[in-house]
Order: sequence, then structure tokens, then C-alpha cells
Amino acid sequence: MECVFGMVGKGFALVVADSSAVNSILVHKSNEDKIMVLDSHKLMGASGEAGDRAQFTEYVQKNVALYQYRNGIPLTTKAAANFMRGELATALRKNPYMVNIVLAGYDKETGPSLYFIDYIATLHKVDKAAFGYGSYFALSMMDRHYHPDMTVDEAIKLADQCIEEIRSRLVVAPQNFIIKIVDKDGAREHSWRRTTKD
Amino acid sequence: MKLNFSGLESSAPLYGGSNELLCDGFSAAPSFDLPVTSDFDGFQKNSIQMVKPAKGTTTLAFIFKEGVMVAADSRASMGGYISSQSVKKIIEINPYMLGTMAGGAADCQFWHRNLGIKCRLHELANKRRISVTGASKLLANILYSYRGMGLSVGTMIAGWDEKGPGLYYVDSEGGRLKGTKFSVGSGSPYAYGVLDSGYKYDLTVDEAAELARRAIYHATFRDGASGGVASVYHVGPNGWTKLSGDDVGELHYSYYPVEPAVVEQEMTEAVAA
Repeated sequence: MECVFGMVGKGFALVVADSSAVNSILVHKSNEDKIMVLDSHKLMGASGEAGDRAQFTEYVQKNVALYQYRNGIPLTTKAAANFMRGELATALRKNPYMVNIVLAGYDKETGPSLYFIDYIATLHKVDKAAFGYGSYFALSMMDRHYHPDMTVDEAIKLADQCIEEIRSRLVVAPQNFIIKIVDKDGAREHSWRRTTKD
Repeated sequence: MKLNFSGLESSAPLYGGSNELLCDGFSAAPSFDLPVTSDFDGFQKNSIQMVKPAKGTTTLAFIFKEGVMVAADSRASMGGYISSQSVKKIIEINPYMLGTMAGGAADCQFWHRNLGIKCRLHELANKRRISVTGASKLLANILYSYRGMGLSVGTMIAGWDEKGPGLYYVDSEGGRLKGTKFSVGSGSPYAYGVLDSGYKYDLTVDEAAELARRAIYHATFRDGASGGVASVYHVGPNGWTKLSGDDVGELHYSYYPVEPAVVEQEMTEAVAA
């Protein structure tokens, strides 16, 4: 029931994730932040098993920071994506991490980029991506209405349309969503879309 | 009682007469038959599922103005059999931190005790108390490393540190959630209902204790795997105190007293003729 999706616009990339932490039929909390700020210009929206999600994303975050301390320059988004894929692939045949990740980043040289990273270590550079049951609705919405070089307002409007569609059509739709954005000024929280105030 | 060791005996004889090779000092190793199945990985998973306790309990905790309120029932059940009505499900990790027990009793008790040791070592090494965040992270990392091996722990770590009251939910799947209100166990949906409707941040200690007690009571009323005694603890700036431990059967009659029936007609003894 977890939904994560993202898209690339003109000079920015957007990641939207639901914020519910669920255990069978119980919603433990509905304000869980699943989009981790990897470093100043990278966002990582993750969905999957609870323990794996937190542990893998923190592991990646610390290793990305370590690279920057050791080498004095931050990793590019592409490098971070490939590092993540490598870790998932190494663990896959032993102790797989059940996490699906949408990685969004902004690099000075190449601009905004979005990467789709699967739990079986698939890696694709994409313009739009989605995971979870919500992807069934979000992907077709994005395919229909997305065009390259959208403005922030247009992209937020499209994200809202996707959220509305998920809310109305998914049988156990998540209550709240969080939207984060990354552009030349950095990665930051953009807004929440709430139905409950928990 | 004679124990059956036939599974450990090997089919080969221990010392095969004058066979030089066997007299190196190595005796034949004990062996047993593996289960006959084509899907050994699935078999392993199923056997872990078979012994996995279903977390038959109700525990809850919530943060409010005066600190953290922690409450739990005290029933231990093995399937349909109630093995105990007096289990301590609120574990005292140290004088300012509590853990709740749901799932395997041994797992919870052992790992909470282990956590208490690690917290004390942290204090001695760093000359300051460990935060609730840190303690819950220690426990979550340990449980994560044992993922898939059959541990069953659904616990809440509640405490008061420099940042004020703290509450974390940690489970044996490796999940760790920070929050203000949690309930764990088979009776938790029932407890959530009462807790959510009565919760306000500005409760007094007595009101919060009554809310916690009431929520546990209602969960024990509906959930067969919860019962016994509703214990309520409060964690404040000076540590935890146990507020009450009431038998839920008695609580039932104090909340819903039996009205004396209105007698319409009374039979009296007929006078012996």
C-alpha cells in the first residue's frame, strides 16, 4: 500500500511519498517521512519492508557522506545511484534488501535527474517513476500529462492529480503524502498533503 | 523418564573392529535425517512460522504533557491455553526508561536486559545517560541483525531524556518508529479505539492513567489473548513510577456495576402445613 513516485521538471526533480507506517491492518503512524535527504542535492524516496528501508537508506546516506569527507567533493547523482544498485545487487543472493527507491538529484553540470532502483537491483535513469500499488494510477497519469521541462507549479499540479487518483481509486489508500523537491538551491521539503492530522 | 536419543545415533558402528582408519581418535559423528521435502527453504520458513507466537497481548504507551504513560495487560497464552495471568510485561530497563513486552516472552526479557546492560555501559563510557533515541536504535540494530531467524519482539521504548519524553516502537522485523502514541499486540486495535478518542496532550497524570487503564480494560474485554492485571506506569522527569495494577475483572464491575434487578414478584417459602 506504500506509494512513492517522482518526476523531473525544468531545473528540478520532485519526489512524492505516502507517510503511513503500517503493520497488517493497523496504521501505527501517518506522518512517517520516507523521503530521505541523502546530501545537500539528493533525495531518496524509499518504500518497502520497515527495517530494510530505514537501515538501507541510512547505510547509503552515511556512505555518501563518507565519500565526501574522504575526497572533498560530493558524489554525483549517477554515482550514488550506481553505488546503491551495487549494494543491492551484492546483497541480493544472500540477504536481500526489500526496498524500492526513487532517487532524485541535482548536479551542477548535468542538471536534475531521476533514477528508478528496484529491490532486485534494477537501475534505470528515467523522467518519471513510481512504486507500489499507487504506481498503477500514478504512472498512467504521468504518462498522459507529463511533458519535458515542466515548471514547478505544473509538476505539483500533476503530483496532486496523481495523489487524488490514488486516494479515490486505491482501496486502502494512504492518508497523508509528503512532497520533497530538489533543485539548484538544494533538497528540501516542499509540502504535505494531509487528510488526517496525526 | 528415558529420553529418546535415536535421532542422534548414526547408522555406522562406532569402532569398526580392526579398522585402522577409524581409530585415529575420530568417532563417527552423530547424524540425523533431514526432513524429506523438495522445498527446504520453504520448510524452514514454515517451521519458523509455526512456532512464531502471535503476540497475544495488549500494551500501549503515549506521550502527553507530563511525560509518558505506559500500560500493559498480564496474560500469557499458548494457543487457547492461558499459561499465566501474572506476567510482567513492562520491563524496567533502567530507572528512567521502560520497555514493553509483546511477542516471545524470553526474547523480550533477554533483549531488554541486554539493552539495559548496553545503556549502562554507554553511561560509564560517556559520563552521561543514553538518550531514548540512542537506546531504541541500539535495540533496533540488534533485532535487525537477527532478522528472519524467528525472534518475535514487538516493543516500545519509553523514557525521559534531555530532550524530554521519548517514545519509540521497535519490532523484530527491524522496524523502528518514533511517535507519540502506540499500541502493540493482538488487543491493540481495541486499545487504539479507546486511546484515540480520549487522547489530549493536556491530560493530567491521573486522567492519562485512567485513559490508559480504560484502554487496556477494553482490549482485555474483547481480546481473548489479553487479560489479567492492567498495570499502568508513568515516566516523568525523575524516572518511572508504577501507578496502579488492577485486575481487569474487578475493573469491569467498577466501570459497569451490576444493577440490582427490579423484583416484581418475590416467592416466599410456603408455610409448612
